Amino acid sequence: MTDAAWESLSNQAVAACGLVYFLALLAHLVEWASLRKVPVSASAAAAPAGGVLVDTGPAPADEASGRRPAMFGRLGYLLTCLAVAIQLVGLVARGMAADPNRVPWGNMYEFTLTGTFVVAFLYVALHRRLRLAWMAPVVLAFVLAVLMVAVIWLYAPVAPLTEALSSYWLVIHVVSAIIATGAFTLGGITSALYLVKARGASRTTGYVARLPKPEVLDRVSYRLHAFGFPVWTFAVLITGPIWAHQAWSSYWNWDPKEVWAFITWVVYAAYLHARTTAGWKGRNAAILALVGVATLWFNFIGINYFSTTSQHSYAGAPALVTVGTVPTTP
Amino acid sequence: MSTRTSLSTRPPEDDRRPGELSVRELLRWTWRQVTSMRTALILLLLLALAAIPGSIIPQEGVDSLKTSNWQSDHPKLTPVYERLGLFSVYDSPWFSAIYILLMLSLVGCIVPRTFHYWRGLRAKPPAAPRNLTRLPEHATYATAEAPDVVLERARTALRKRRYRLTVDGDAVSAERGYLREAGNLVFHLSVLVVLVGFALGSMFGYKGGVILLVGDQYGFSNNLTQYDDFDPGSLFHASGMEPFSFTIDDFDVDWLTTGPRAGMARGFESHLSYQETPGSPEKKYDLKVNHPLSIGNTDVFLIGHGYAPVITVKDGNGDEVYSGPTVFLPVDQSFQSIGVVKAPDAEPTQIGLEGEFYPTVAFSKQTGSYYSLLGKPLDPMVSMLVYTGDLGMDTGAPQSVYALDKARTTMLTKKNGAPYRIDLRPGQTVSLPNGLGTVSFDGLQRWNKIQISQTPGKWIALAGVVLALLGLLGSLFIRPRRVWVRARREGGGTLVEVAALDRSGGGDMAAVVDEVVAAIQNRREDES
Repeated sequence: MTDAAWESLSNQAVAACGLVYFLALLAHLVEWASLRKVPVSASAAAAPAGGVLVDTGPAPADEASGRRPAMFGRLGYLLTCLAVAIQLVGLVARGMAADPNRVPWGNMYEFTLTGTFVVAFLYVALHRRLRLAWMAPVVLAFVLAVLMVAVIWLYAPVAPLTEALSSYWLVIHVVSAIIATGAFTLGGITSALYLVKARGASRTTGYVARLPKPEVLDRVSYRLHAFGFPVWTFAVLITGPIWAHQAWSSYWNWDPKEVWAFITWVVYAAYLHARTTAGWKGRNAAILALVGVATLWFNFIGINYFSTTSQHSYAGAPALVTVGTVPTTP
Repeated sequence: MSTRTSLSTRPPEDDRRPGELSVRELLRWTWRQVTSMRTALILLLLLALAAIPGSIIPQEGVDSLKTSNWQSDHPKLTPVYERLGLFSVYDSPWFSAIYILLMLSLVGCIVPRTFHYWRGLRAKPPAAPRNLTRLPEHATYATAEAPDVVLERARTALRKRRYRLTVDGDAVSAERGYLREAGNLVFHLSVLVVLVGFALGSMFGYKGGVILLVGDQYGFSNNLTQYDDFDPGSLFHASGMEPFSFTIDDFDVDWLTTGPRAGMARGFESHLSYQETPGSPEKKYDLKVNHPLSIGNTDVFLIGHGYAPVITVKDGNGDEVYSGPTVFLPVDQSFQSIGVVKAPDAEPTQIGLEGEFYPTVAFSKQTGSYYSLLGKPLDPMVSMLVYTGDLGMDTGAPQSVYALDKARTTMLTKKNGAPYRIDLRPGQTVSLPNGLGTVSFDGLQRWNKIQISQTPGKWIALAGVVLALLGLLGSLFIRPRRVWVRARREGGGTLVEVAALDRSGGGDMAAVVDEVVAAIQNRREDES
């Protein structure tokens, strides 16, 4: 295949995966809309410890209405898996379209494409382990929205990597940063739902009533963050400085992107502290997690529009022709 | 506990008002406040908040040119910002205050915890609570086996799972996950190590840049006078500079000819010859972006490149008053560059030239001006305006080599009043009007921007942050838990109770209890 063919394949795959994500979102919305009653076991999940939970199965009348949501739920999950696979094709094709072939992390469009891929992939991968079914509509809406931002505003044609980016540290640094971003994003979504659930704990209808108990949401959120934080530490405080030292001659430059990565790190460190501090558990910790995810995504996309001095701006600014301090003659 | 006794003992002096503290009590109170978890949390958030201005306001230490431009654009805000230290946030007293307090809080928290941990490390697991079935996760079953047999099997099963054991009457107490707290302590101590490494680098290190022309006849030797810009740490001493020297023998650029970035450089490479000390054998190195050269503790980086047209100016008397490669600074990816020539000794009047260099020149009818098509020098041209008068070089004030002081000069104009512009291709010479002299463009040279830095403590910082990560992993993923197994005769058989407690929260303890029960009940599976 020619590079142009790869590029158009990539664009088509991205469009197709957007469509499939949308269908998956629809399926999940049908699932949630067709649920009639809050299942008894959900509200009475706190079975007495050590006791025997006798499940007599749903009442016969519920059976017909219970099958449809389950079917659409499964359909939605399968569509999400399919969309993730198509998005992976889009990413790989993007890398193959460049000459020489490279990892698809050369500009903001590609970073965002990969970021949404990782969010969706982690959701699919952890779906069973952390029982994330309740997260489906929110994750899909998020992925779809960010994907649209990427395609509409951040799109850039395939081009070779700039000199500073062609290093194997690109793979290590960017992969770890994006994985952490995915985990933090899912964690942030969970924390937001925790806050909603904690406010409306007594509600018996609607989406909120079907969310897991606040304690469960808090635990899932902690596990996601506990996974993301060491990965972020590795990306931002180990591989980042090592690469910065190689490319820019100093391992910490207080570059705006570095500063915000540091801010994100500090906020998540505060989140982990808050979970073990009296008076900060639960609500305040969840708010900190949301602040963290806000700084994370602001750093990912927003800071590029605020600061032009960043050496991380790969939007075409002449990053390597800056000369720094102007020499003076006495 | 001792609190009970102290509660019943009233303080001897009752004449103090409530809330009144002696100096010692005040100090102790302050220390408690500083080292409390809540204070640490607030300091962390303050640190995050305080780091923000530095990412929005240009910083002197990061980009001094941009900072001075910003300052001249905002004359009213500048003095206020300057007082607040907003142009060097990360060295400012208030930023330092936050992280010093944070470190103090960290030490105050970690030191007592380390002692506590040290003592706890040898302690036996706590005795089984009297009523195991009151714990949130527990299981009970009856068996015909003797209690001793059950307990022995419980010990084997738990030891195999790397629990620390103690037997106390009819119960086995087990505990594991001691390393969680160790990980936590290591993480916090490592933060201090990183800070020490970072401080060493910023106090004793330096960073400097030089623009060096390509060619054997130009060279650089590592001493202060050779740098164009130099940023030393506060305790830096020039005797720490390593006495190496190098020349750039050749320079290659790999230009892109197709695609959306056509005309830009894909990669570039400098071929260096260097000597580690004067008199040592000459070595070769190919310097590239991402491939610095390390000489001793010093690193040499290639961070930019550009063109230096060789320009010669002869004055009205025919004397050569300026000659040589003149560094032009690139302003965009196509290497359109700007530069100046100053000839203060020219007669009858001083001559200054200011203008652009285009590696591959093209003319845009839309804007009516020249631009550069490619970074590759296929059709190079310089286009400059001519200034005569006083260039202001005798005042003693420092002057940039890339800017003309035009205050006391006049620009040459044509008869119709339009600026007089000289456009030269290599080999061309132009005579200036009014017998001022001639300007010629003799050829093209290249320059490299070389950054040189010495960062002591970088390995300490790296070791610290790697240790911190390891500690972090331990503190997040090691699960401290306690398990108790009690077996006692009841009725005709033996009643076995198993209970587990997760001390970090968040673990699935029911699964742990099930696993232990299965191991005790089914001996064969456990031994296999």
